[in-house]
Amino acid sequence: MPAQASTERQAPDQAKRRRVLTAKVGLDGHDRGVKVVSRALRDAGVEVIYAGLRQTPEMVVEAAIQEDVDAIGVSLHSGAHMTLIPRILELLKERNATDIVVFGGGIIPQDDADALKKIGVVEIFGPGTSLQSIIDFVNKGFKAA
Amino acid sequence: MAVRRKTAYDEWATRYRGGRRAPKETAATISGVPVQPLYTPEDLAGWSYDEKLGYPGEFPYTRGVYPSMYRGQLWTIRQFAGYGTAEETNRRYKFLLSQGQAGLSVAFDMPTLMGYDSDDPLSAGEVGHCGVAIDSLEDMETLFDGIRLDQITTSMTINSPAAILYAMYIAVGEKEGLAPAQLGGTLQNDILKEYIAQKEYIFPPEPSMRLVVDTIVFAAQNMPRWNAVSISGYHIREAGSTAVQELAFTLADGMAYVEASMKAGLPVDEFAPRLSFFSDSHSDFFEEIAKFRAARRLWARIMRDKYGARDPKSWMLRFHTQTAGVSLTRQQVENNISRTAYEAMAAVLGGTNSLHTNSMDEVLALPTERAAQIALRTQQVLAHETGVTNTIDPLAGSYFMEQLTDQMERGAQEYFDRIDEQGGVLRCIENGFFQREIADAAFEFERTLEANERIIVGVNAYKDGEGAPVPTLKIGPETERGQVARLTALKARRDNTSVDHRLEELKRAARGRDNLMPPLLDCVKAYVTEGEIMAALKEVFGVYREPILF
Repeated sequence: MPAQASTERQAPDQAKRRRVLTAKVGLDGHDRGVKVVSRALRDAGVEVIYAGLRQTPEMVVEAAIQEDVDAIGVSLHSGAHMTLIPRILELLKERNATDIVVFGGGIIPQDDADALKKIGVVEIFGPGTSLQSIIDFVNKGFKAA
Repeated sequence: MAVRRKTAYDEWATRYRGGRRAPKETAATISGVPVQPLYTPEDLAGWSYDEKLGYPGEFPYTRGVYPSMYRGQLWTIRQFAGYGTAEETNRRYKFLLSQGQAGLSVAFDMPTLMGYDSDDPLSAGEVGHCGVAIDSLEDMETLFDGIRLDQITTSMTINSPAAILYAMYIAVGEKEGLAPAQLGGTLQNDILKEYIAQKEYIFPPEPSMRLVVDTIVFAAQNMPRWNAVSISGYHIREAGSTAVQELAFTLADGMAYVEASMKAGLPVDEFAPRLSFFSDSHSDFFEEIAKFRAARRLWARIMRDKYGARDPKSWMLRFHTQTAGVSLTRQQVENNISRTAYEAMAAVLGGTNSLHTNSMDEVLALPTERAAQIALRTQQVLAHETGVTNTIDPLAGSYFMEQLTDQMERGAQEYFDRIDEQGGVLRCIENGFFQREIADAAFEFERTLEANERIIVGVNAYKDGEGAPVPTLKIGPETERGQVARLTALKARRDNTSVDHRLEELKRAARGRDNLMPPLLDCVKAYVTEGEIMAALKEVFGVYREPILF
């Protein structure tokens, strides 16, 4: 769904650098993955805003709208993904901001990842994902592989 | 160096280098430490057995802390477990004990680790997911129901709220008719590595250190079988550090606890024998063994020479090891069984005192019972079939191993100097030194993977053969609903006037300088919840925010 919508935001200036908000959602503090991905995206020319640890869905959506980002990348390792990620999608709907793409990563079992994709998460990157494939995903307009 | 005479290495190199099967010019450990294709006696020129090794059970303990090591007693097989409710986890514990496990190791869920009750809005979706949910003494009673606490030892992986769970464990013991002195176990309670790596901090560093010191003092005075702190390299390594960073930062944290406890007036030999350590065992076999051996030697010297400890028990670095969770791959999950087995063997050849082997499916979720059993059996195969227990420190004297052990020691020493130059561990946390070093190492590791400079089987090579999906443990929403209902009932049933009174007493003590263990014991016995206690302490201590960097 939101992949096309995002071109709307891009329309006035195609050369505009993509902006991504990354965040740890939930209570765990495993920030190795989100930091490595944030740095790789930044090095690849993406504007990255890393919101830090223990961001609630409300905080993430508020920051994403304030910062006018193209996408939100959330990282979870605590098992709360089936509660918190759907909540982010819900809040984006409430705020009429469904043009903001949501993707994620962390410890998320495959069937949960499939369920999340069904409700609108564009991609879930599990352990062992190459950084290049995440960079490509962002630079090619957040299209699922 | 002046004119260098031809070494045995040069001789070998001129004979064979450039041949049909020339060795790769460069090779490095997983931490990036260059290694030679061949080591010879000359690598140990001037090396002294007595100075570097000594005998097992003797200073500097390079060869192990006990004279007979595994010939005398096997390492403790201690599998970390906990999920869902206290009742479910209690069943898993009884299963593990019936399968030959000697000690328990409690995994708490995120709300418990972060000091929130199960009914807190921030706990939504987290209850019972990555460990067991404990809100009050009632849950702790259920967790250990039917298990005699004087017959086992229990390790509890808990940090910011450690003193509260410690008080609950003591209270459960009392209900079983046991005095605190009869209880044996370990609290992780290593707050420094939370700021550095795992990020489960709550209060600012200084009040956090005070809580740690209070538990160290309480254990030293009341509980001779209790390790009040398990100084942890595991999380530092898992966050992406190199082996030498793990070694250096962990021992630096250890020194900070020693100094804080001495500053609180405790003579070093009264608490140092009960300090314990927790290490990662990563996939680079020899590097890990060298790290374990170097750790014992460094700590023995630090305790004897820097802090003037006189009791040999204060010089001994005893440690638990967990195989590297971060080395597990989602691809071809069964391969994780062999990774874990090699890592476990490294830990044993490095002289670990207890060991947790990861389950193959932990890269996906908490382990299923089947996966947990294979992990346990992996240790039993190692212990009983491979012969590694027959000879103490069997790699001692290897040119490569001793050279690598020395190199680890030197690398750690260089970091100690850099930490001292910046004013110590707390300053290095505040200025982001540790966090930056680890983030850089983690990024460098990913770079080598991206560049295919390193092969991870099933991830960037040998990708065929994914196999059938493995079943994973599911924690349904009924766990959270049930836990919240029990908590609500408890809050209605208990004497709430007494709860308020105990919390006021606790806050008063927190504002002063008295040891907080007695008021915490009073609180938990009155069924004050963990979340209520933490909220009261936050009022007094405040909360910490870290500098954001990546």
